[in-house]
This record gives sequence, structure tokens and C-alpha cells, in this order.
Amino acid sequence: MALQGLSTDSAVKMLQTMYLIRAFEERADDLFAHGRVHGTMHLSAGQEAVATGVCAALLPGDYLLSTHRGHGHCIARGADVRRMMAEFLGKETGYCRGRGGSMHIADVDEGILGANGIVAGGLPLAAGVGLSIHIRRGTQVCVVFFGDGAANEGAFHESLNLASVWTLPVVYVCENNQYAMSMPVHTSMKIERIADRAAAYGLPGEQVNGMDVLAVYDAATRAVERARRGAGPTLLECLTYRYRGHSKSDAQRYRTREEVEDWRTRDPIVLFQQRLIAERVLSAAAAEPFAGRAREAIDDAVRFAESSPEPDPATLLDGVYA
Amino acid sequence: MTRELSYAEAVREALRQEMRSDERVFMLGEDIGVYGGAFGVTDGLLAEFGPERIRDTPISEAAITGCAIGAAVTGLRPVLEIQFSDFITLAMEQLVLQAAKIRYMFGGKARVPMVVRTPGGSGTGAAAQHSESLEAWFAHVPGLKVVAPSTPADAKGLLISSIRDDNPVIFFEHKLLYRTRGPVPEEAAAIPLGLADVKRQGADATIVATSGMVTRALAAADALAQDGVGVEVIDPRTLRPLDTDTILASVRKTGRVVIVYEAVKTLGIGAEIAARIAESEALYSLQAPIVRLGGQECPIPYNRELERAAVPQQEDIVAAVRQVLTA
Repeated sequence: MALQGLSTDSAVKMLQTMYLIRAFEERADDLFAHGRVHGTMHLSAGQEAVATGVCAALLPGDYLLSTHRGHGHCIARGADVRRMMAEFLGKETGYCRGRGGSMHIADVDEGILGANGIVAGGLPLAAGVGLSIHIRRGTQVCVVFFGDGAANEGAFHESLNLASVWTLPVVYVCENNQYAMSMPVHTSMKIERIADRAAAYGLPGEQVNGMDVLAVYDAATRAVERARRGAGPTLLECLTYRYRGHSKSDAQRYRTREEVEDWRTRDPIVLFQQRLIAERVLSAAAAEPFAGRAREAIDDAVRFAESSPEPDPATLLDGVYA
Repeated sequence: MTRELSYAEAVREALRQEMRSDERVFMLGEDIGVYGGAFGVTDGLLAEFGPERIRDTPISEAAITGCAIGAAVTGLRPVLEIQFSDFITLAMEQLVLQAAKIRYMFGGKARVPMVVRTPGGSGTGAAAQHSESLEAWFAHVPGLKVVAPSTPADAKGLLISSIRDDNPVIFFEHKLLYRTRGPVPEEAAAIPLGLADVKRQGADATIVATSGMVTRALAAADALAQDGVGVEVIDPRTLRPLDTDTILASVRKTGRVVIVYEAVKTLGIGAEIAARIAESEALYSLQAPIVRLGGQECPIPYNRELERAAVPQQEDIVAAVRQVLTA
């Protein structure tokens, strides 16, 4: 199948989602550069195909656990960019009432169980969500995103082992963006493929071109289907790249401009749009306004966020305990 | 109706009754199934509830703690056994950075109704890595609740409350108390968290004691009563939230205070209790400086006499009360 069985509408929507993520990240960077952001941020520009391809394979009710670099995951899962932007700017109307910021965006009612500021912090939780589904005889799956750095944390190994021995409906998605902050993958592990670590715990591991949203969607669909039918977890390693630095403090001394430009020639949005045009799913003219519309949606989100109230300091202690 | 149960039996009865009445409650932990738990607390529960609800886990403290958190956030009420409270250090990230903070950092939306049951304390010759009293670490963390029962009845009633609570609760059991016996109600009666208990009334001096030290404080109070000294013994029972009012009321009455806890003295729960007294008008009732009796500034040693010397004993408590009475 040319588009992995995707309908035209779904494929076009995925492209629009990728544009929306890119627009959010670029605007976040811009807001930061203009001194309008109090805290830090970790941008996922370049990695849009992973978030979009994986989330397209999910159904309503499925659970998602995200990372510090999580804006794309939330957008791909359908989160409201207005409330995301409000959270980024620390406003009361944000997803976490301004308590969480960029690193903790969550929409618990919709199954988005939070971005996570701790590398590999969400991995043990994923096993628990999987166990919860199993105990409740649910049909949902839990997807957990993490980076290449997390694969060297003990929590990664413990979680994979646990989900495997208990046959839990968890899909482990490693976004291998080549660097754990500044450390290149090849200097932090002796193996070529993180996906190979799955074998140690008795679950399938697959390496995927994370710049190709259809390849990600195809692999995620198989992994999600396997989890949903009770066959257990899968580890997907998506090879991708972040265009921006690790966070606001990053002078990017650990990589070359040429390397960044090389990865940009494989831009996931450009590639997917070209593919859809080549497959005659979309005309160039029809695609032309997508980027602008995404930026308009983000403009609207920024207007909403900036006109929203700050949290009242009198509410400081709200929500510590249930 | 009450009847005598051991502390371990009381914990088990609370687990059994809550699991019978609420299908969302389940247990996970290392060797809690066939083995019955390292201290036998879960003995027999596997036969009644089966391996789905009495879930043996690999030795992966971080993962099983996260597992409890993930299950709690999605609607279940897990009770996790950490085999020795020392091993909780392997799960600190999950407890402190995840369980305690999820609700707050998500803007007050998630609930994390889970209990970590874990045996603490020295006195069994288990040496430095199996004998610690780490409760103050957790009492320092907003978002967690910390419970440390000293009697079978409290163990049952407080565990029921902990399981029904919508927040993460660290429930410290004491190894030396497991075989102690006392009256326990048959019914599933909850004892509210955050409420201290006056274990013995007296007018001359107050002992505030926690966990295993409550038993020793009561024995010390008995010994002092032989000499006509009336000692009031307060057990906070919950360390976070801490029932300051009950402590201050006793201080106002007696004017003399000894605080006894097994954890290393420096920066332990006794420091917090002493500070709350010092910050209140009850300070003006004091007729002697507050005395803190805590563990010595060393790891718990193996040798029987050294181990005994490392934490407060009955005679130390008697001497401390005499000190505040003569000051």
C-alpha cells in the first residue's frame, strides 16, 4: 500500500500536524529569544515524524507518556495548542495552571499522562499503566516516549523487563536524536542499535527511519496492534534529529553546522509533502497554505496565552494533596 | 468487637479487608506471594486473592514503584511492599520526583492513590543496609504522607486510611513490632491520618515517641511510675501531616519534653517537633530544655551490643526524663 493503508484525509492531517508542531516549536524559540518566557524549553523541531507517526497509530482512550522534549507528542495526540502555549507562558489557563511549564504538560483526562523532566522517569510508570490496563481487562495501550539517553538509565532496563515478563500492552518509543544533551550515542553505548536491547528482555525491537512518518506509522501500527491483542510490548527505535540545541543553554559545540544541514536535507515535513504530492494525494497548490495556517493557529494560541491571567499567588498550595 | 492480634496480623487483616471491599486494591512486591513476604505479612493472601492481585515482582524497586504510580494514576489503588525500607533508596526518584509531584505539577488534576508499605528499623542484627529509619526523608516532601504505627490497632486502622487516601502514602512498619500483640477491632475501622494518640496520660513530663520507640517509651513510663513520676506518652502516628496541636497541648500541661526516635538524631523528625514547640507559645510553658533522644551518628552496626547502643533504649529514655525533671 502506497500510504500504509492511510486514508487521504488521515495522511493530509498528519502532514498538517507536523506543520503545527514545527510552528509551535519555532514560535516557542522566538518567544524565548524575545525574553517572553520565564523558564526553559526543549524543542523537537526535526523530530515531528516520530510523534506524528506514533500518535496516528493510537485510538481514543490510549495512554501516552512523554518526555522533557514533549511538545510534539502532545500536539500529535490532539492537545489544544492554546492551553499548551498558556502553560509554556506560565498562565492560569494552561494545562497545568502554570505549575508545570513546558516540561510537565499533561492532560490526564485525555490519557496524556505528562511530559517528564527526568530522563527515563516515565518508563517505570508506563509499565504501571500497562499493568492497570491488564488488571482492568482494558483494550487500551500505553505509549511511552524517551530519548537515546534514557536507554542508559536503569529504569529503562527494569521497565522493559517488567513489561515483557508480564506481557503488558506498552509500546516503548525511543527517539534516538543522536545526542543525550551533548553526548553522541556512539560514545555512550557500545552497540549500534538501541533496538537490539529489546532482545535482552525477550521483546521485539525494531529500528525505524524516524524522519519518515509513514515508516514510523507502519512500525507503530504493528507495535500497537501487538500490544492491543495482548501479545506484549515492543521497543521501537526511531532515528531522528533535533534541529535546535538541547535547551536554552546550548551553544552546540558538540556538533557541526554541516551535520545539522545534512539532516535538514531529510526534513520529515518536506519529505512527506513531496511523497503525498508524488502519490497524487495532494496537489502542491493545496499544500501551499498549510505552513501559514499552522503559524496562524500558533499566533492565536499566543494571543490566548498572553491575554490569559497569571496564577494567583494565593493559590500556591493548591493541588499538593488530593 | 476487638481481639488480640499481632502487628503483622493486623496489617494483613487491613489488606485483606480492603482488598475484599474494593476491587481496585491490589498488592505488588518482591516475594509477597508464595513466600508470604520477607516478614510473613502477606502470608495466605495469595491463596485468597490469586497472583493477579498479590503480584510477585522482579527485584526492580524503581520499576515496581513506577508501576504502582502508573496504576494509581489510571484508577487503581496499589499497595506496594518494599521488602526493607532501606531498599526504598532504589526507588527515590520515582517516589520523590514522580509520585509526590505528579498532582501538583499537572495543576491539581491527577490522583496518585498508592501505599508503599515497608519495614524499617534496627534490632534484628540485619546491619547497616537493612536497618535504617529513613522516614524523615519522606516527611520532608510535600505531596507525600508518612505514617508510622506503633501498635497492632494503629497499624490496621492507619493502613485502612492510607489505602483509602487519594495521595501517595509511605507506611513504615517496624520489624521489632511485627510480633507484638494487642487488641484490634474486627471491623475495618479507619483511623484518620494526621491525628496523634495519647498512649499514656501523665502530668509531670511528656515523651513524644515514634514507631518502635513508643513501646520503649511506655516501658520507661512504667518504670518512672514506680517512683511516682507521671509521664505522658504521645505517638504522632503520622509524621506528615504532623499533629502539632496534640503535642503542644501536652507540653503546656507538663512543661517538660523528651522526644524519642530511632532515626539518626541530626535532622530527624525530633528536630521538627522540637522546632514546632519552640515556635509556639508552648515554649513559655517549658521548665527545662527540650531533650531529643535519637539514633547515634553512625550506620547501624551488626554486633548485638553495638546495635543496641546505636539507638535509644528504655534506660536512655528513663535517664532523659529524669534529666528534664531535674533541670
